[in-house]
Amino acid sequence: MAEIRIENLNKKFGDFVALKDSSFTVEDGEFLALLGPSGCGKTTTLRMIAGLELPTAGRILLDGEDVTFNRARDRDIAFVFQLFALYPHMNVRRNIGFPLLAQGVSRSEIKRQVEATARLLQIDHILEKPVSGLAGGDRQRVALGRAIVRRPKCFLMDEPLGTLDAEFRNVMVRELRELHTRIHATTVYVTHDQLEAMAMADKIAVMNHGVIEQFGTPQEIYDRPASMYVADFIGSPPMNFLAVTSALTKGSRSVAIGAAEVAVPEVVEDLDGGAVALGVRPEHIRFNDSATLRGSVYGVEYLGTTQIVVVETADGFCKARVSAGLRVTRGETVGLDLDTPKLTLFRRQGGKAIRTAPAPEVHHG
Amino acid sequence: MSAAAHSVVEPGLTSKRVAGAIVILYAVITMVPLFWIFATSFKTPPDSIAYPPKILFEPSIEGYCNLFTTRTRQTAEYIASLPPATSFCDETTRKRNMVIAGQSNFLPRFVNSLIIAFGSTFCAVFLGTLAAYGFSRFKVPLADDLLFFILSTRMMPPIAVAIPIYLMYRELGLSDTALGMILLYTAVNVSLAVWLLKGFIDEIPREYEEAAMIDGYTRMGAFFKVVLPQATTGIAATAIFCLIFAWNEYAFAALLTSGTAQTAPPFIPTIIGEGGQDWPAVAAGTTIFLVPILVFTILLRKQLLRGITFGAVRK
Ligand SMILES: Nc1ncnc2c1ncn2[C@@H]1O[C@H](COP(=O)(O)OP(=O)(O)O)[C@@H](O)[C@H]1O
Ligand SMILES: [Mg+2]
Repeated sequence: MAEIRIENLNKKFGDFVALKDSSFTVEDGEFLALLGPSGCGKTTTLRMIAGLELPTAGRILLDGEDVTFNRARDRDIAFVFQLFALYPHMNVRRNIGFPLLAQGVSRSEIKRQVEATARLLQIDHILEKPVSGLAGGDRQRVALGRAIVRRPKCFLMDEPLGTLDAEFRNVMVRELRELHTRIHATTVYVTHDQLEAMAMADKIAVMNHGVIEQFGTPQEIYDRPASMYVADFIGSPPMNFLAVTSALTKGSRSVAIGAAEVAVPEVVEDLDGGAVALGVRPEHIRFNDSATLRGSVYGVEYLGTTQIVVVETADGFCKARVSAGLRVTRGETVGLDLDTPKLTLFRRQGGKAIRTAPAPEVHHG
Repeated sequence: MSAAAHSVVEPGLTSKRVAGAIVILYAVITMVPLFWIFATSFKTPPDSIAYPPKILFEPSIEGYCNLFTTRTRQTAEYIASLPPATSFCDETTRKRNMVIAGQSNFLPRFVNSLIIAFGSTFCAVFLGTLAAYGFSRFKVPLADDLLFFILSTRMMPPIAVAIPIYLMYRELGLSDTALGMILLYTAVNVSLAVWLLKGFIDEIPREYEEAAMIDGYTRMGAFFKVVLPQATTGIAATAIFCLIFAWNEYAFAALLTSGTAQTAPPFIPTIIGEGGQDWPAVAAGTTIFLVPILVFTILLRKQLLRGITFGAVRK
């Protein structure tokens, strides 16, 4: 098991910058999700860690050792490809045993380890089958089996659930997480699905256009998004942005949204007076008739336990997630109460979050 | 997926029948010369030149006897003094007042053809596979120009280089050697092999090799263990094309080989009988000459078909 550290990693394809000045550390046994839309450089990052692509600049360290220019086979890393890349001319057993064969492990030992791995993944009944006829989930498990059979330093997975149907994906998300808990291998998991990342990862790196916008735990990323991009990418429906109409300075504790006054966490950095947006998640809005921020109900999306109410304010549409029991009718005027400790302020220019005093921690029990 | 791909427009029964009839007619027309050769090989020399041509005749293997032997004319008394004939060939020869003097050159020429055709096919496919893999997977400087150059070697008629090659081979002592012919056919075929195989290897996703290299194999190891097994279809198809060319090649073989390294194509027309061409023997030689390609093609017909329709059929 190992720690993966990348330092100021850059990758250019000709003039195109696929990855820019990225640094992060995946600690031993940690599960990192690289999250971002298609084309943002996730696969490229993963391929550089694996040694399938050489960085233009920067370093990659495995357990403190600089492996930036080492060959893939000398890095002791396992890689689960997007389309699995199971060798079509071999059956399941030979696919899983293939990495051991390269290490010169004896035949009986290969047999033993392949079977142990297959039992762990519950695919011991299909060992003799050709891989071509396997269902998506089984292909997935065989690919995992081939990755874990030799106990590598770490696992890299490139959207391994991308081709599975939604129903089965949930099962695999749970299995993957359970597998991680069991063998505790350092893992970098690439996905464009925020729910997958949230459900599995210890840490998430949110990427956009070759830049890591934020690196942190799922909760940090959800509660304190570092940029409007992250705030918009995480959460469904995404965060609402309201235009702040008052001037903001260090120490401000409230902002004006049109005629309304909204309490916010204390601003703790100097500001240059540029336009500011107030970010609020739909689940942090409560209806309160006495609130000064007002709007009329434009539409309702019923979700069972909750409902998403689209409210038309002076500043545009704003979505609120409220209890499904609440009766709301279209056109009705409502007051919006925002949950002050959960609010985030952003500079419109560049979208970076404005630092505010940390919210007091809430403990249960 | 595959069902959808096949049922684009289901042709009607009538058009199917018409298409079938055309295909059969075409097959029959192309088969006629082959059938004629085959039939002639079982005729006697007088039957083979009878006019009008004989469709029905009494089969004889005299042509095959004459193909494999040389004969000398003898007096009737001498033939009568010989011990009884031991084989059918002996007997037929004696009926024509001749005795078998020895083996003809057909067998060694046929063996030459086998060695040269299979040898050059192996070399062309071996080199072609490695080159195609290189072009497919690595950034080769001037790759497009090199590929064009490789192909351009096939653009001019072979006869344009016949004289230079003839002189060059004479200088190098490669005239009338199997090695010379193998080199020549390899040089001609390798361009076809590179182009065909590059297409096939481009179709094999890189992920397989990358997976193998991550799994602890060298690039060579990945090539042999993962790429090659998946390229067998392409390799088989390429091999057949190369083999057919090398097997059938006549012009260079006639020019560059005359003795020990002569191949079957220039040899067969030189089979001379008593008083003119021995057509049944020529036809017998041609019939036997067709067999190896026929066997090879039938053995690899699936791969060949996929090779021809390659690109049209996707998973
Ligand atoms: N070998 C390459 N040559 C040129 N451009 C590439 C290459 N590989 C990836 N790219 C480009 O880099 C960008 C990031 O690609 P990728 O890392 O695959 O994105 P993701 O996995 O996040 O969808 C894309 O715009 C892609 O077109
Ligand atoms: Mg990708």
